[in-house]
Amino acid sequence: MPEYAAHEYDVLIVGAGGAGLRAAIEASAAGVSVGLVCKSLLGKAHTVMAEGGIAAAMGNVDDRDNWRVHFADTMRGGQYVNNWRMAELHAREAPDRVRELEAWGAVFDRTNDGRILQRNFGGHRYPRLAHVGDRTGLELIRTLQDHGIHQGMDVHMECTIVSLLKEGDRVVGAFAYEREHGRFKLFRAKAVVLATGGIGRAYKITSNSWEGTGDGHSLAYHAGAELIDMEFVQFHPTGMVWPPSVRGILVTEGVRGEGGVLRNKEGRRFMFDDIPENYRSQTADNEEEGWRYTQGDKNARRPPELLTRDHVARSIMREVKAGRGSPHGGVFLDISWIKERLKNGAEHIKKKLPSMYHQFKQLADIDITAEPMEVGPTTHYVMGGVRVESDTQMSNVPGLFAAGECAAGINGANRLGGNSLSDLLVFGKRAGEYAAKYAKENRLGEVSKAQIDEVARQALEPFERGGSGQGAFQVQHDLQEMMQDLVGIVRREDEMLQALDGLAKLWERARQVGAPGNRDYNPGWHTALDLTHLLTVSEAITRSALERKESRGGHFRDDFPNKDDAYATFNVVSQRGPDGEMQIRREPLKPIPAELKAIIKEMA
Amino acid sequence: MIRRSLGQTSRRDVWWVWPVLVFLGLSTFIVYSTWAAFQGRDYHFGPYLSPFYSPELWGDSPHSWFGPKPGWWPAWAPFSPALLILWAPGGFRLTCYYYRGAYYKAFWADPPSCAVGEPRKSYWGESSLPLILQNVHRYFFYLAAIFLVLLAHDVWKAMWFTDPGSGKAHFGIGVGTIVLAVNVCLLGSYSLGCHSLRHLIGGSRDQLSKAPLCAKAYQCVGCFNRRHMMWAWFSLFSVGFADLYVRLCSKGIWHDWRIF
Amino acid sequence: MVQQQATFSIWRGDSAGGKTVDYTAEVSEGMVVLDAVHQIQATQANDLACRWNCKAGKCGSCSAEINGMPRLMCMTRLNDLDLTQPVTVEPMRAFPPVRDLVTDVSWNFRVKKKIKKFKPRKPDNPDGSWHMLQGDIDRVQEFRKCIECFLCQDVCHVLREHQMYEEFIGPRYFVYTAALEMHPLDTEDRLPELKQSQGAGLCNITKCCTKVCPENIHITDNAIIPLKERIVDRYYDPLKKLFRMFRPKSEG
Repeated sequence: MPEYAAHEYDVLIVGAGGAGLRAAIEASAAGVSVGLVCKSLLGKAHTVMAEGGIAAAMGNVDDRDNWRVHFADTMRGGQYVNNWRMAELHAREAPDRVRELEAWGAVFDRTNDGRILQRNFGGHRYPRLAHVGDRTGLELIRTLQDHGIHQGMDVHMECTIVSLLKEGDRVVGAFAYEREHGRFKLFRAKAVVLATGGIGRAYKITSNSWEGTGDGHSLAYHAGAELIDMEFVQFHPTGMVWPPSVRGILVTEGVRGEGGVLRNKEGRRFMFDDIPENYRSQTADNEEEGWRYTQGDKNARRPPELLTRDHVARSIMREVKAGRGSPHGGVFLDISWIKERLKNGAEHIKKKLPSMYHQFKQLADIDITAEPMEVGPTTHYVMGGVRVESDTQMSNVPGLFAAGECAAGINGANRLGGNSLSDLLVFGKRAGEYAAKYAKENRLGEVSKAQIDEVARQALEPFERGGSGQGAFQVQHDLQEMMQDLVGIVRREDEMLQALDGLAKLWERARQVGAPGNRDYNPGWHTALDLTHLLTVSEAITRSALERKESRGGHFRDDFPNKDDAYATFNVVSQRGPDGEMQIRREPLKPIPAELKAIIKEMA
Repeated sequence: MIRRSLGQTSRRDVWWVWPVLVFLGLSTFIVYSTWAAFQGRDYHFGPYLSPFYSPELWGDSPHSWFGPKPGWWPAWAPFSPALLILWAPGGFRLTCYYYRGAYYKAFWADPPSCAVGEPRKSYWGESSLPLILQNVHRYFFYLAAIFLVLLAHDVWKAMWFTDPGSGKAHFGIGVGTIVLAVNVCLLGSYSLGCHSLRHLIGGSRDQLSKAPLCAKAYQCVGCFNRRHMMWAWFSLFSVGFADLYVRLCSKGIWHDWRIF
Repeated sequence: MVQQQATFSIWRGDSAGGKTVDYTAEVSEGMVVLDAVHQIQATQANDLACRWNCKAGKCGSCSAEINGMPRLMCMTRLNDLDLTQPVTVEPMRAFPPVRDLVTDVSWNFRVKKKIKKFKPRKPDNPDGSWHMLQGDIDRVQEFRKCIECFLCQDVCHVLREHQMYEEFIGPRYFVYTAALEMHPLDTEDRLPELKQSQGAGLCNITKCCTKVCPENIHITDNAIIPLKERIVDRYYDPLKKLFRMFRPKSEG
C-alpha cells in the first residue's frame, strides 16, 4: 500500500511553461479550482529559452499585415498538412493574446510611436514578431507567472507525473512524485491539461533542457490518446557547435533577422544557391536586396537565410557534407559584417542581441560583433504530438486536453519561428477555457486502488535493482546517440529499421534499469522514470517516419527526397494497440473550406 | 546552518585586498584632511585658495568673506576657517551611497567582503538610528552643489595674479590654477553623479518622456553615476592633493610654475 | 583536444548535515562546472542532486557556490578556474539544504506572492493597448532581465549572515518591486510596505548582489537606491512633505 498525499482539483495542468501557465490562468479565471504541476521550479520551463519573439499579425510595423497573411504563411510553412482550423484560430487570436500580456505587465520593445515593435523572422512575410531583445520567452513566462500566482491556483513545483489515471475511457487524475523527498502525490481532477513541451532529449544534439523528455506525449499515448505527425521533428538550423559542451544550444533566428548571413568556409553565401520554388517569388535574389529587407525596406524581399527552418537546416547539412563546412562541423553565421553598413554596428548588435552576445562571449570566447559564429542544426521542436480537437484542445480521450508543443496540428510539417509562443498563448488559453467548461459539466471521477498500487509499484521498481541494474544515464545516452545517428535530419528506411531493433533492445534494458541511493532528490531515479517517455516518443517518431515515404518539412528521407502529393492528404497517427503495441495509421486531412483555400491562393 | 565567524569563507581569491585598500585610502584621507583642517594656516598662496578652506567665511587671508576670526568665537575652542565649512562636503561624502557601502565593509566588516563571515550577529541596517540619518544625503547634495559653484569661482580667481610691483591683477595660468580646475572638474563629476540627484532630477518620474528636459538631465547624471565609485576616489584624491599643493607652495617647499 | 583531470570537492549531504566529497573528472576544452557535475553524476554518483535546465544562463536553475562565490554552474568555465587545486562546489548558503547542491528556495516564491501585483491604468486605445515609449521602459527592461537564479539573495548578508527572512525581501524582490514601481503604466503604491515590512532600509548597499548578478543588472544602483530615494521622498524629506501638503496629488 503506497503512501501518498491526495489533492483534488477541477482542472489539473501538467507543465508550467507558456501553455500550462496560460491554461491555468484561463481556468482559474473561469472560477474552477486549478492545480499546476511542473517538473522544475516555477518560471524555469523551457519557454524561457525562446528568444526571437511572438508571431502576431498586429501590423504595427507593416500595416499590410493581417491574420490572413499570417494564416497563409503558417500553412505554407507547414507544407499544407497543418490543421487548417488551428492555423486560422491561431492567426486570428494571436494579436489579442499579445496585447493581453501587456495588460499583465509585459514590457515589449517599442516602435518610435510607442506601439509594440515587431521584427522579421523566417517564413513570415512581414515583420510580425513582438519581442523583447532576444529574451522574449523569459518575458512571456515571467509575465504569466507573476500574473498567475495571484489567481489562486495551487502550484506543485518539482513534481513529476508518472501516469495518468483513468475511469473507463475518461481521464480522472494523475499520479506523481515530488523530487525533494520522492514522496507520491495523487491528483484527482475532472479535467487534465497536458502542457509538457517537447521531446528534444531523445536526441544527442538538442536545444532542449533535461525536461524535454516527451512526458505529455507519452502519458497521453499510454492513456489511449492518438499522437499525430510524430515524424515531423524540427531541427533548428543554428545551434552552437563549439565547444563540445555547449553543442546544441540555440542561436536565435533573430541573428539572421537582424542581418546575419550564413557562409561556408569559402565565404560563399550558399543560401542563394538553392531557393525552393514555392518561396522564390518572396525571396531576394541578391545580397543588396536581402540587406534592405532586414533594415525594414518594405519593397525588398527577404534574404534566403530567412527561409523556413527545415530548408536552412538541410542546406547547412549539405554544405557540411560537401566538405565546405567550418572547422568544427558547422557553417559560419556572421552578424559582425553589418558594421560595414551601420555606423554603430557593434553597439547595435549588443543592443539587439544581448544574450547572444553574452552567450558566445562567455561560453565560446567569441565576440560576435567582431567574428562569425560557428553554427549547425540542433533538435529543437516537435511538430507532432497529441491530436486535439481544434477549438477545444481536447484529445480523443475524454477529460484529457493538450496545448503547446505537446499538442499537434497547427504547425503541420514545419513550424515557423515565432509561431510557438503565439501557439502557447492561443491554445493554452483555449485549453484552459474548455477544460474548465468540461470540469463544470462533469463530476470528479473515481480512481481504483489497484491502479494506484500498480503505478506506485512500477515507479519504485528501480530501487529494487539498485546499483546492480542498468544505469539510467547510460541507457538514455545510448538512446540519444542512436536517434541522432539513425532518425536524425536525414533519414533512410534501412537505418530506421535498424533503429527499431535498437529501440526494442533499449526497451528491454529500460525494464532492467536500477537506481542507487534513496528517494530524496535522486536524479538517477528520475532519469530511470523518464526512460519510458523517451522510448515511447522515439518509437513513435521512428515508426511515423517509416510510414511517410516522402520528404516534407522537418521530415527528410534520403531514399524519397521529393515531396509527394499523395502524402499531402493525411496525417500519420500513432496509437497504442489493444496488446500494448504501437499502431500506425493514416488519417485523411479534413477538407479545407473554400474561403481559407482562397486566402492561401491569394497570398501565394 | 552554522554561522560563520569573521573572515570565514570558501572564497579562494584574495578577497581582503579591496577592503584593506579602501580602509587605507579613506584612513589616509581622513588623517590628512583633519590635520590640514586644524592647521589654520598655509592654506592660500597668491590667488590660490585650498579647497579645504573654501569658502573662507572668517579668516586672515584675502579670500575671507567677513574678515578675521569673530570675537564671539570661544577662546578655548580651536579656530580654523576649514572647521566652519568642512562638515558640509564631509557630510556629503559620509552619506554618499558609494562610500556608505565601502566603509561599512572596510571599517565595520558588515560584511568584510561578499560571502565572507561577519564578526557580529546583530544587525540593524539603515532602518533605525543612527544609520537612518543617512537619508539626509540629498540635503548634503544641495550644499555640495553650492560648494561646487564656489570652488569654480575660486578657479576663476586663481587666474588673476597680482603683480607685486604695480598691484595690478593680470590674467594668467599657473600649475596651481590647473590643479584647482582639475579638482573642480573631478568634484563635479563626482557630485553630478549623485544617486539622490539622479532621483530628484528625473528618476522619481515613471514617464520621463513627458518631461524632455528632465529626461536629458537624467541621462547626463546617469552617465556620471555609472562610474560614481571611480569619480569618488579621483575627486577624493584631487581635493586632498589640491590642498597639499597650495600648502607646499605657501610653505615655500614647492615652486608654483606660471604657464603664462 | 587537451585532456586533463581536475578534482571537484562537491558538498554531499542533506538538511541533517553533510561534507564535501572529492571526485575526479576529465576536463576538455570549453567545459563549464555544470558539465563536470553532470559527468560525475552520470559516471560516479548517479544520485548526486543538482538543479539545472537550460545550460545557457537563461533559466537560473544551477545556482551554487563555486570556490566560495555564488555563481551559475553553467556559466562558469573551467579554464577560468585554478584546476591545480580542487574546485569546491557547494549549495547556496542562504537557503536550507535539501540534498547535495539542491536547496529549498521556496521562501523566494512566498515573498513574491506578497508583493502587490501589476495594476495598469486604463488602456489608451480601444483595442486594449497602451502608448509607451522605449525611453520610458529602458529602466524596467533592465530589471526584467532577471532570471530568478537567487544568487543575489544568496550573497546578501542580510539573509545569508543575519537570516532576516521575515523582515527583508532581498535584492531580487527589490528589483521586482522596482520594475513594477517604475513601470509607466502601473498605478499601484508599494512604498509603505517597502519601508515597513519589506526592509528596504536594511540594505546597506554593499553591492554584493550587483557583483554576482549573472545578467549584469545594476541591482543596487538602479533598483535599490532609487527605491530608497522614493522612500526618502515620502517619509523623510521635510521639503517634499511640505510640497505635498500644497499639492496633494504629486506625480507618481
